[in-house]
Amino acid sequence: MKVRIKFSKHGPTKYIGHLDMMRYFQKCMRRAEIDIKYSGGYSPHQIMSFAHPLGVGMETDGDYFDIEMNSFSDKEDIMSRLNAVMATGVRILDISLLDDKAPNAMASVAAALYKVTFENGDSFLPDILARVEQFFGQDEILYTKETKKNTLEVDLKPHIYNYSFSDKEFECLVDASSAGNIKSTQILEALYAYCNVAFDKNDFLVNRVETFADAGNDELHNFVPLSNWGKIND
Amino acid sequence: MLALDNKILMAIDKPARYIGNEINSVYKDKNKVDIRFAFAFPDVYEIGMSHLGLQILYDMLNKYDDVWCERVFSPWTDLDEIMRKNKIPLFALESQEPVKNMDFLGITIQYEMCYTNILQILDLSNIPLHSCDRTWDDPIVVGGGPCTYNPEPIADFFDFFYIGEGETKYRAILDLYKECKSKNMSRRDFLIEVSKLGGMYVPSLYDVTYNDDGTIKAYTPNAEGVPYVVKKEIVTDMTNATYPTSPVVPFIKVTQDRVVLEIQRGCIRGCRFCQAGQLYRPVRERDVEWLKTQAIAMLKATGHEEISLSSLSSSDYSQLEELVNFLIDECNKRYVNISLPSLRIDNFSVDVMGKVQDVKKSSLTFAPEAGSQRLRNVINKGLTEEDILSGARLAFKNGWTRVKLYFMLGLPGETEEDIRGIGELSDKIAKEFFDSVPKEERKNGPVQIVTSTSFFVPKPFTAFQWAPQNTKQEFIDKAYITRSSILERINQKRIKYNWHEADVSVLEGILARGDRKLNVAIETAYKLGCMYDAWSDSYKDELWQEAFKQNNIDISFYTTRERDLDEIFPWDILSCGVSKEWLKSEWLKSKEGIVTHNCAATCNGCGAGIYNAGICVTHRK
Repeated sequence: MKVRIKFSKHGPTKYIGHLDMMRYFQKCMRRAEIDIKYSGGYSPHQIMSFAHPLGVGMETDGDYFDIEMNSFSDKEDIMSRLNAVMATGVRILDISLLDDKAPNAMASVAAALYKVTFENGDSFLPDILARVEQFFGQDEILYTKETKKNTLEVDLKPHIYNYSFSDKEFECLVDASSAGNIKSTQILEALYAYCNVAFDKNDFLVNRVETFADAGNDELHNFVPLSNWGKIND
Repeated sequence: MLALDNKILMAIDKPARYIGNEINSVYKDKNKVDIRFAFAFPDVYEIGMSHLGLQILYDMLNKYDDVWCERVFSPWTDLDEIMRKNKIPLFALESQEPVKNMDFLGITIQYEMCYTNILQILDLSNIPLHSCDRTWDDPIVVGGGPCTYNPEPIADFFDFFYIGEGETKYRAILDLYKECKSKNMSRRDFLIEVSKLGGMYVPSLYDVTYNDDGTIKAYTPNAEGVPYVVKKEIVTDMTNATYPTSPVVPFIKVTQDRVVLEIQRGCIRGCRFCQAGQLYRPVRERDVEWLKTQAIAMLKATGHEEISLSSLSSSDYSQLEELVNFLIDECNKRYVNISLPSLRIDNFSVDVMGKVQDVKKSSLTFAPEAGSQRLRNVINKGLTEEDILSGARLAFKNGWTRVKLYFMLGLPGETEEDIRGIGELSDKIAKEFFDSVPKEERKNGPVQIVTSTSFFVPKPFTAFQWAPQNTKQEFIDKAYITRSSILERINQKRIKYNWHEADVSVLEGILARGDRKLNVAIETAYKLGCMYDAWSDSYKDELWQEAFKQNNIDISFYTTRERDLDEIFPWDILSCGVSKEWLKSEWLKSKEGIVTHNCAATCNGCGAGIYNAGICVTHRK
């Protein structure tokens, strides 16, 4: 049985990297005695796959992973057993039983909603706020991506689906698909460059509020949270 | 609140080393405890968190309602630099509060090469490096672990050393601390009272005088009621001793990322080079039924996917077969791997290893330690060439192809012939493979042997504590002879040879048998920039040499000098039960190549019987 698990991660646990979070959840499955399925072979491992790796330093209220289970008792029972063994800062928010034919979490990821605030509670500079509309109104939003080998100029604009700005908060719904994934801090960095203000991404706290699949198409998106995607109605 | 801000945590490697919060870590209300205890391992988090002793004592101290024990590790070099620059004091992982706020700073000292990291921890904590400069504004700094069996090179940096196993006396120490604080006693008076508890060595309460040749003349207590000899503490009943059911589970991958089940403490074998074999005498087993229950409980509480048995020599545990068969059954059900280190290769272990490991990927391990039977008798390593070859044959026939061999170079009385024996034995094992496995059955490929040598470092409380150590040049020459002895063999292409760095072994030798005169040199080395000496990338031999030079330390006094039979050693102020007279007889027997039987075969009267524990009781007729 395919089961999708939604979790949040806050506070100090944001410094735990993606691979370590995978190991963490594997141990959680054992502590909570979840009836998870194991692969065959000489060294069996739990069948578990994550939707979208979360970078070190980021928080989330909407991350997902899929597991396969041998038996599924009931949602509340599994949730409470898992939450009983969570580290402070990590919570299981939702569990959904998926249709056997549902695409896996990683392949389903189309978009993500991010909320960006200042680590120290600061507000955006008036200079920045004054130019937000102008910035997003450009035909192209160019961002210079530094890779190991070279620098690459990309246009962020087609990957930004929605955004909102307030004194203390920047929210954006952006492309998170494997082909077009962009980061919320890339947008901010481009904005700061546009305004000629020095940028340090470590000034900001990024929270992934939700991860979405696309029930629509490229012309007309219809983003639905991953927990509702491929779910068997309960 | 974390002690480090986001910018720092995002700038350093593996920030999760510094955040605490792991599963089974203990959080208490600091206003509801009387004693704050910082337990430090002076190396990086991944090493320290793999240490069983830390898990045992952390669990034990936190079971006391009036105590909050937290963990402290050496910040890695990247963070170390930032903390110095920004004047950020070293903090404990749980509360993230400065170490200086604690009542106690306990430092476990597992190897000599961490001494400069001890100074790093004190320094970053803003605790005066020297015990004599501390006041009640500083924590009481206590050292424990195997290196405290010769604590003299680091005596100035500690208020006292706990000699022996930590399970027995902490409650008494903590009660005494509360009492002394309530009576407004001086720090020195508190330490005098500590010394009377037994097992506690307070260096400042002893004056040392020296002979003209630099050797020790006498240790004299400088306060009333202080013991003349400090006797180690041990747990006499292992089964009822405290043991963590819920050890802390790190978020990041650490060296020992598994449940560790300590099946026994101590060792019946009397290998003459081995310090642990003497320090932990007598061997004490844990009850097999208790171990079974404990294993299941720990797997449940941690979620680990592997369990490992811990002991100095697992094959000597009397109920091993029953325990291992139980674990195989239970672990298969739970998809848990079993790791079985230090097993002698025989029918039972080959059968068991075939069940718990992938034969193609795992390797056989032998530790002959010396290349010839003559030298193996000198070091009392009860392993014969026939044992090794028949074990290898058995394993080869069951599909194994990888063999690891461990030897030491520089053992007392070693000749070139003994060294060449290493190549010879490696070659014989390869030959055994080709003789015992016909060509058509070599489905896992040909035999692959990895022969490794380390350099022998004489240690306190061993028969070889009198022995001269080799010079760096002798070590290098011997590694060269070993290599050529392998290269001239028929099967040399099947044998890979690894050897250790020689200069680190020389330093380890200086520190292992050093005296109080070395404190100043260690401090100089630290101030010159030495730290993480156990890590070859950060080890700076030229700075250590400079530190010895600046302080007029003659290295050969500590290393290559053969000690007189009646010399007073810096560690004679301590007792591990095994008597100096008995060690002396072992040293003399080694020179004749006479072997001594193990404790299970016969009692040799080593002196550990005074503890009335373990095998000393069960084998007493």
